[in-house]
Amino acid sequence: MGSKIVIVDDEPNIVMTLEYAFKKQGFEVFIARDGGEALDILESVVPDIVLLDIMMPKVDGYQTLKWIKNNTALAATKVVFLTAKNKTSDIEKGLSMGVDKYLIKPFSVKKIIAEITELLT
Amino acid sequence: MSDYGLVFIIIVYLAILFFVAYIGDKNAKRKWVNSPYIYTLSLAVYCSAWTYYGSVGTAANSGVRFLPIYLGPIIAIPLWIILMRKIIRIAKQHNIASIADFISLRYGRNRFLGALITVICLIATIPYIALQLKAISESFQVMTANSSFNSAVVFRDSTFYIALILAVFVTFYGTQKSDASSKNKGIMTTIALESLLKLIFFLAIGIYVTFYLFDGTTDIYERISITPNFEKLIGIGGLEGAMDWFFLILLSFFAIFLLPRQFQVSVVENGREKHLKKAIWLFPLYLLLFNVFVIFIAWGGKLTFGDAVNADYYTLLLPLQQGNVFMALLVFLGGFSAVVSMIVVSTIALSNMVSNNLVIPYGFLDKFVRGNPEKNVSYIKNIRRIAIFCIIITAYAFYANFSVQISLYSIGLISFVIIALLAPSFFIGLFWNRGSSQGTVVGIIAGFLVIVYTLIIPFSIEAYGGSTDFIENGLFGVAAFKPNALFGIDFLSPPTHAFFWSLTLNTVLYLWVSLLQKGNYRERNYAEMVIDTKQYASLQDSAYVWKGEAYVDDIRNVLVKFLGDVRTNRALDIFFRKYDLPSDTQVADARLINFSEKLLTGTIGGASAKILISSVVKEDEVSLPEVLKILEESKETIANNKLLQEKSLELTKLTAQLKDANDGLIEKDKQKDEFLDTVAHEIKTPLTGIKGATELLLDEGDDMPTEMKQQFLRNILQDSDRLTRLIQNILDFEKLETERDRMELKYKNFKVTLATVMESFEQMATKQNARIVVGTRKDVYLLYDEDRIIQVLTNLFSNALKFCQEAEGLISVHYKVERKTLTVSVSDNGYGVPEEDFDFVFDKFYQSKNQNTIKPNGSGLGLAISKQIIEKHGGVMQVVNEKNSGANFSFELPIHKA
Repeated sequence: MGSKIVIVDDEPNIVMTLEYAFKKQGFEVFIARDGGEALDILESVVPDIVLLDIMMPKVDGYQTLKWIKNNTALAATKVVFLTAKNKTSDIEKGLSMGVDKYLIKPFSVKKIIAEITELLT
Repeated sequence: MSDYGLVFIIIVYLAILFFVAYIGDKNAKRKWVNSPYIYTLSLAVYCSAWTYYGSVGTAANSGVRFLPIYLGPIIAIPLWIILMRKIIRIAKQHNIASIADFISLRYGRNRFLGALITVICLIATIPYIALQLKAISESFQVMTANSSFNSAVVFRDSTFYIALILAVFVTFYGTQKSDASSKNKGIMTTIALESLLKLIFFLAIGIYVTFYLFDGTTDIYERISITPNFEKLIGIGGLEGAMDWFFLILLSFFAIFLLPRQFQVSVVENGREKHLKKAIWLFPLYLLLFNVFVIFIAWGGKLTFGDAVNADYYTLLLPLQQGNVFMALLVFLGGFSAVVSMIVVSTIALSNMVSNNLVIPYGFLDKFVRGNPEKNVSYIKNIRRIAIFCIIITAYAFYANFSVQISLYSIGLISFVIIALLAPSFFIGLFWNRGSSQGTVVGIIAGFLVIVYTLIIPFSIEAYGGSTDFIENGLFGVAAFKPNALFGIDFLSPPTHAFFWSLTLNTVLYLWVSLLQKGNYRERNYAEMVIDTKQYASLQDSAYVWKGEAYVDDIRNVLVKFLGDVRTNRALDIFFRKYDLPSDTQVADARLINFSEKLLTGTIGGASAKILISSVVKEDEVSLPEVLKILEESKETIANNKLLQEKSLELTKLTAQLKDANDGLIEKDKQKDEFLDTVAHEIKTPLTGIKGATELLLDEGDDMPTEMKQQFLRNILQDSDRLTRLIQNILDFEKLETERDRMELKYKNFKVTLATVMESFEQMATKQNARIVVGTRKDVYLLYDEDRIIQVLTNLFSNALKFCQEAEGLISVHYKVERKTLTVSVSDNGYGVPEEDFDFVFDKFYQSKNQNTIKPNGSGLGLAISKQIIEKHGGVMQVVNEKNSGANFSFELPIHKA
């Protein structure tokens, strides 16, 4: 069985590309349209990685990250921000909150795959 | 009426006074005790027994001559707003407790001058108090005339006891504090009450006589006008009489300022400057009311009794003759009130003067310096208490030896003439800085000698008998020295004649002696402070010029003797704070010396304060030019400071404005940054979709199933549309916001415009299982930019489609015309706008978190743009939640005819 990934983003078109690419790489992919849905999934699934957008309705990326960090069952789960927020201050904020990688939109699908694979080895 | 009955009533009345004073003291902080009405009524202490009984007597014997005594004050009062305000300010600044303090302050806290003025006031007032006692005993006699007792003994004794009770009253309520400049709230309350009573009772007897005993004013006039000598009663007696009138008015003009009791009530007891505003119309009104019936009572009495009785007591005799004892009793009590208030206030004023300006500075200072604070305070109080008793007992002795012949009116006038001796130094001194203490002393003494010669000696001869040769032929038989017609001025009545000569000589000497001297620097310093109060009030203690060597500890030791440790420390603490000095300051400066003198003035008088303070400091002589130079400099400093203060205030304001502007700019910048951030984010999102999909399509090639390929291509198309829409919206919004975009108003039918929008949405709605219902179908013509309104409707419709129920969406559109306004509403059957979103739905890029459709969603600018468009049309846009259903967005457009 391949690695488990949860993709959290409110933009269906973006999700669609990522879903296709990760599945092709043999990942087991779970989709959430916002932080709230992600948390629902995380109740039952312990993924290897969570790919997290920041600006989402209802529960945003920061809140989701905090929740994951506070959940001991998810201690081994890596979290990656994938966001259009590319100001230095945003990146610093994200890293200081303990995110494992900070990736920026628009992205190259190949590069994302490579980064994630690297993170998991 | 029986003696004992009347004595009983008097005692009850006095008990009530004690009680009222007690209540007044107890409520000293209450509003009613400090009201301008109490102040104004207390001024009416001017109306003593002289007014109450004497005016009627004068009116009966000499016609309208009683009037000038009231005209003076009525003329003077309007000037109070300037003059009295100035006097009150000075008095408050310097803790002035009496007129003697006031005048001596102006002339450099001169000890001798203070004492001289005190003596003048005593000479003027003691006979006046005696006159009041005489009025009590005579009215008592009139009231009890039919009694079977030999009243002569009883009433004389009664008068004595009444005098003693009054002394006790004044002692008890008037000497509670050692500081004489503190206010006697309780006593002033009783004075106000008495003023009210005497007015009411006097009006009552006036109405009784005029309308009950006679048939109104016309009746009295008609009857008196046929009696012999009537002409004499109503005229003022030609040119000579007019001169007499003029001087009498001037005399009473002075008296309302200078009488010790008037100074006490109007200046020392003044709680608030603004009370003057009420007093300047209410007090003249009081005086006018008091005089309305005088002439009719006098004529009525004359018609009833002829010349058989003492006209002073017509007010008592008229009701008594009719058997109306009650009315007579009211009149008696009114007169008694007038007497009591006059005696009480006069003795307070005089006792303060005697202690602070005569006894303490001339005998007790050394003792005080050696004594301890508690003892000193009780000494000071005892001096005042003894003074009160002495004054009243002396007045009683004076009264007991009175000739029965002297009318109330003439003694009253003599008092006025004597007190008017203070006029030149008081009035001129307020405005002329060169007036000197020597000029004052010389003027007053000379004026007094003139009065003795022209008024007191002839008066005494007439009253007590003796050779009238002196009066008829003049001193040594020289006609020019005739006491009642000095240098041939024989047309004035004796009091006005004396007043004329004393005033003239007094004024001339005051001016001449003052001009003759070079002037003393200390005096000149005080003169400047008094004359230019406004300027120096801001300088405060700095207005005092002093050079020398002085130590705070020495001054503290003096203060402690009179104020005690606690008050001294508090006062010095305040002083150090006020001038921002360290509390362990060693060397005293001019300000501390002036401050300390002021502190002591209320307790021991200005002259004593100066002597005491100067005994512990080593003062260097300062020349007059130097004093004037320093004062001028201080004034300039103050003016400069004021200017600086204004400038710095302006600067502060400017700085604040700049800061506001800057904050505004920063806020604008921040908003712009946020806007750009959001725009970037919004653009990047579809771009990310496009980039991702394109990359996959390229790389995967034929690996990707066709179905997937098509999905990605559709996504690319969708994202491109979204990008286009977004960019268009951003441009629209920018244009609208920066107001570069003008509405192209055309006269159109709204029904048609709505139909156009409906058409383009119907298909989309059906696809989403939603219905759009238009509830109104009527023509409404108005001016609007059609393209823009279509944009607004499109926005509202697409929002409504986005938020209505998924299964069975319903959107209803209504419009109506009311008060020249078209109101359009678009409502859906969704969940409505969440509470937390209400305030933000019209903000740019604000997107609600519970949209039910899948992406792509709006740009987040739709409602913000719509609102802008409506506002550009002069309308408003708002949102409410429908009861039991979704959101209701509505906008109003004003209807202008083309």
